[in-house]
Formats: sequence, C-alpha cells, structure tokens
Amino acid sequence: MNLVFQLIFALLKILIMVGFLFNVGALLTWVDRRQSAMIQDRIGPNRAVIKIPGTKIEIRALGLIHTAADGLKFFFKEDFIPPNADKLLFGLAPILSMAPVLALIAVIPFGDVVDLGALWKFGCEVVPGHPLTLDHGQCFDEAHKLVANASIFRYWPVVPRFGSPPGGLDLAVAPLGIGLLYIFALAGQGIIGAAIAGWSSDNKFSLMGALRAASQMVSYEVTIGLSLVGAMMLYGTVRLDDMVRWQGENCWGIFAQPLAFFIFFVAAVAETKRIPFDLPEAESELVSGYFTEYSGMKFGMFYFAEYMEVATSSMILVTIFLGGWQLPFIHRDGLTISLGEMSIFHLAVPHIWVTILQVLTFFGKVLVVCSFQAFVRWSLPRFRYDQLMKIGWRVLLPLSLANIFVTGCLVLGAQQASDGLQAGLKIAADVSQGLVAALITALVIVGVFGMLKPRKKSTWLVGSSANAAFARGGTKETAMQA
Amino acid sequence: MNAFPKKAALPANAVVVSPEERSIVTETYLPEVGRGLAVSMKHFFQNTKEMLRGERPDPVTERLDPGISTISYPEQKRPYPERFRGVHRLTLREETNDPRCVACLCCSTACPAQCIFIEAGEYPEGDKRRGYERFPVKFVIDELRCIFCGYCVEACPCDAIRMDTGAHATPYDSRDQFIYDKDLLMAFPGRDGGHASANPRHEPGDPTHPGVTREQGSH
Repeated sequence: MNLVFQLIFALLKILIMVGFLFNVGALLTWVDRRQSAMIQDRIGPNRAVIKIPGTKIEIRALGLIHTAADGLKFFFKEDFIPPNADKLLFGLAPILSMAPVLALIAVIPFGDVVDLGALWKFGCEVVPGHPLTLDHGQCFDEAHKLVANASIFRYWPVVPRFGSPPGGLDLAVAPLGIGLLYIFALAGQGIIGAAIAGWSSDNKFSLMGALRAASQMVSYEVTIGLSLVGAMMLYGTVRLDDMVRWQGENCWGIFAQPLAFFIFFVAAVAETKRIPFDLPEAESELVSGYFTEYSGMKFGMFYFAEYMEVATSSMILVTIFLGGWQLPFIHRDGLTISLGEMSIFHLAVPHIWVTILQVLTFFGKVLVVCSFQAFVRWSLPRFRYDQLMKIGWRVLLPLSLANIFVTGCLVLGAQQASDGLQAGLKIAADVSQGLVAALITALVIVGVFGMLKPRKKSTWLVGSSANAAFARGGTKETAMQA
Repeated sequence: MNAFPKKAALPANAVVVSPEERSIVTETYLPEVGRGLAVSMKHFFQNTKEMLRGERPDPVTERLDPGISTISYPEQKRPYPERFRGVHRLTLREETNDPRCVACLCCSTACPAQCIFIEAGEYPEGDKRRGYERFPVKFVIDELRCIFCGYCVEACPCDAIRMDTGAHATPYDSRDQFIYDKDLLMAFPGRDGGHASANPRHEPGDPTHPGVTREQGSH
C-alpha cells in the first residue's frame, strides 16, 4: 500500500470515528431529552420545526431539530467573559476539555483488520465450477494457454479465521501498541480543562466545582486504571485490537472479569461527571459548577464534551468488556458454532460482509451502552460528596486491587492447569458465547412480540369535558387559533 | 426548652429499620439501583411502544391509564365542560338578526368588574318598538377586565348576553384588541353553532303570551 492510499484511508478512518463521535454527541443530547421524557411519562421536546416556505410542510423529526437549534443558539449567544477572569485560560479551558476526548478515540478499533485484496476478486470460467487463472483481464487454463471464450465474473472470497495479512488495513485510526496506556494518559487530561475553567472564571461556585471535579476525577482515575489491570493480565496485551480478538476466540470480558466490568462502569460514569456522580456541576449547590460563567459556544463545548465523553467511555467499555466488534460465533471466516473442540455448525461468509457486520456491531454496541448510561442518569439520585469519595477510595479501589490479585492467581492457575481443565475452560467460554447469542435472540423476540401486543385500554369519563371528548371520539387535534 | 416536646407518633404501618439491621446487600445499594433501573426501563419501553404504535392514551378520556397523558396544546385541547363560562356573545333575534339586547343596562349594573359599557339608543320615530324598548348603539366589553363571574348573564332579562361560546379569549398582543365591540360580540356563535338563544323570545301579540303588549301603562 503506498503512501497516498495510506493517507486516504487514515483520513477516511478519522472521518468515520470523529463523525460518529460528533453525531453521537449531538444525538445523545436528544436521547437524553427524549429518553428521559419516555421514562417520566412525558412527550419531550418536539417543538423545534423547519418550515418549508410556500408549503404547509413542517419537519419536526421527533425533536431532532432541537439539537441543531441548540447549536445555532450557542453560536449566536453573547460570549461573556467575567471582567476579572484570566482571559487566556478562560478561553483555553473548553478546548482543553474537548481535545482529549477527540484524541482518545484514535486507538479504538472499530473492526477487524481488513484484507483489502480479499474484499472482492475477479475470476473467469468457461464451465461453471471450473475456475481458470485470471491475469490482466485475460484467462489462462492450466497449461497457460489463452482462453478466449471465458466469462469474467466477480466474487466475494472468504478469508481464513486466523492470521491477518501483512498489508491489511487496521480499522483504527492509530493502532498503537500501547493502546490502553494511551487511553489512560489521555483520559487524565480531562481534569485539566475542568480545573482551569473553574480557576480562571473568578467565581466561587466555579472554583468549588473545579475542586470537586479535580479531586473526583483524580480519585476515579486510579480506580479506572486498576480495574483494567486485571483485563490486561487476562488478555496478555495492551493492544486494544488484540484484546477484542481474545474476546472473540474465548469469552467476552464481562464474563471473564465481571467485577472489573462493574468497577470500570461505575468509575467511568464518575469520570464523565454525570449523575449520580455529577457533584462538580451539582445544580442545586453550585449553579452549574466549574462552567457557571461560561456562555455561548464555550459552554456548548463543555456540554458537548460531556456527551462525547459518554460516547468514548462507552467505546472503551465495549472494546474491553463487551467484545468490541465481535458477535458471538462470528469470526473472520464466517459463522462457526462450536463447543470446545467439537464444531457444531459452520457457514462461510465472505470477508466483506463479515467486515461490514463487525463495524455495524461495534457502533451498535456503543449506542446501546450510551443509552444504558442515560438510563442510569435518569434513575439514580446524586450521591453526597463524602459518599462519592468513600465509594471511590474505600470500596472501588480495594475491590479493584482484590480483582487484580484474584485474576493474577486464576491466570497463573489456568496456565499451569491440566489439558482437561483447559478444555473445560474453553467449553465454558463457548457456553458464555452461546449465552450472549441466546440473550440477544431472546431480547429481539421479546421486543418484537412486545411491539405487536396492543395496549390495554380503559376509559374513565370524569366530568362533562371528558364526556364531550368521548362523544367526539377522543381529544382531537384542532387548528391553531391566532 | 424543647419546641416539640411530644414525639411524633409513627404511622400504623411503619416499619422501622435501623442502620445496624440493614443487611450487607442493602448496604451495597445495588438491589435498589437494579429496581430503579427496572422501573425506568419499564416506563421507557412501554411509552416508546405506545408512541411508535400511535396508541398513546387519550389525555382526557383515558387519563388514568399508565402512559403519556400530555395534551399537546394548542394542537390538542381539552374540551371545556358544558357549563364553562367562555367569551361573551350577544344573541340575535331570529327574524331580524338584531341583537336581543334592549339596552336596559342590567348587565353593566350587575358587573362587579365594570367591564361592560352600553350606550342606549331610541328607535326612530314611527318604529313600533319606540317607547317600548331601546337598542344598544354601543355595546363594549373589556375582556381583560372581565372576571368571568357570569353575573351579566344572570342579570339579563332578555337572554341577550350569554357566555356559552365554549371559547376563551384568544391571546392578542395588545390591550386594545381585548376590547370587544358589539359587532364582534354578535359574531360569536354559541356552542350549538347558532347565533340565537335556546330560550324563545315572545314578541307582543304572541298568542301563547296574551299579556305581552306594547301599550304603555296598560299593565
């Protein structure tokens, strides 16, 4: 692959990742509003509208226009800087809080290595089923004789399950060897933006929020790092794509490291400063914490960075614990259902379809985890600050240390174990894959049947207005007056 | 001194759990987190399903059902009760489309908010109604001042002013637009869509009401 192609592919990957992140960041503001509305039996914002001039068509798009309206509003609002604020740092802080989030996603793999030469190939044949050799658009038979009447066709080849080609295309912007360490390094930078924002604002609330943000994020940084050490030991690598491959061949991280998954999830929510750990912006106490003084697009950047952090933390969670791009039993060569050494079912799937499926799987998983984070955000009340610190230092940190210890013992034990035990472990891993597949199928079936079931209605006619509505056949929509 | 000397009695069904008695599972806070998430998800999936299937509960007739019962005002409106006192209207005589009002000023006298202004006029010489009744040259109601008490309707001897339009005053952007004059008040239909009153009007000479006559001083 020459340099030009490398550059083009790198730009394409950046476009996909950054585009996904920005769109998900915008989408999450919408998800947050509409999902919370659905949870709380409301309709949610749906008033922002694009009117097409000359017609009566109004586009509301389920309230998605509010996201665009928000962006516009941010641009046109006054960019207020407090008179005694440190103007340089005040302007720098939103950038500092947004940049690490964007840089963080560089190492996250969103698909397996793509064998560019094996996406599609051309062959030629005279008799169906007897392919000939194709060379520069001309067909040759076994004796290297030109065959004139052969037809050239395109086909989608299947690649072997193990081993990727040397010239393959990594589906990560920067497939670094130090993947996880890079994530630790950049995730720590998020503190700086919050701290500087609070310090430079010349506002007591901002300063309090910044202090809280700094101490909270430093505390949970430790937990995040330690909770992933177990995963590193288990997978035997810090390369994120190797971690995902391990999960595809064995079992998802959530089965191998359930405690670490839980600890990481809690710490990641604390790290993104969202409810129930949103002490740095606690509205009832600190107005809006470290970004109290911010307005306009600077506020928008903090706001947006928070949602993008949700997306990136979901990406890391998916990569390390939820199998990344892997679906159960789907490997590079297609669908292989096996139990230990025994293969039950095999279906060869072309490389191009596997690749597309895997990329979609990764982004789908990220969206599901983001949505789950929104559920958490709208279900739980805020902790008190001392409780937050107590959970961080006295509960999660010892638990993650214990997790490292236990994982170390178990990994050592598994390495020394007899062949029988290792075969048993392999079977257990395959059973876990089957469990995931069964769970996904069950959820889909329950969802479909749940959708088909009509709602149980009961009519309550209380008062003459209800009677009037009932006589009209329900509360009808009428034309707007004035 | 203790401001609250008596200890508040516990409700009969209260269960007291001291911190020492909580189990370690309760202390982890996790079962309740799970339960809370389950409640959220139940509401979310049910409401999303109803929105997608287009079978949201009717906000008025099915308002006690679980689910979203928001009224999307102004596209959707809760029907007002039958006896709702809405914007006033002046009822008309069926035969002439004149207002039934005889400018007796009973309504403006009864009005506690003094929002009705009537300028009474005499019918011209030779009109059969002259000397028997008058008519409103001006009939103005300040809808911003009106408190919608309905006294004017009760005071009217001719059933000429009613509040059965079933509509509230439309919001405008300036105060003078709330001063409703006679023509506007006569233009509002009632709930049945007509401009007349359900109570029949008996002109002098009506055989069903033999006592009604235009002769002054005869009764």
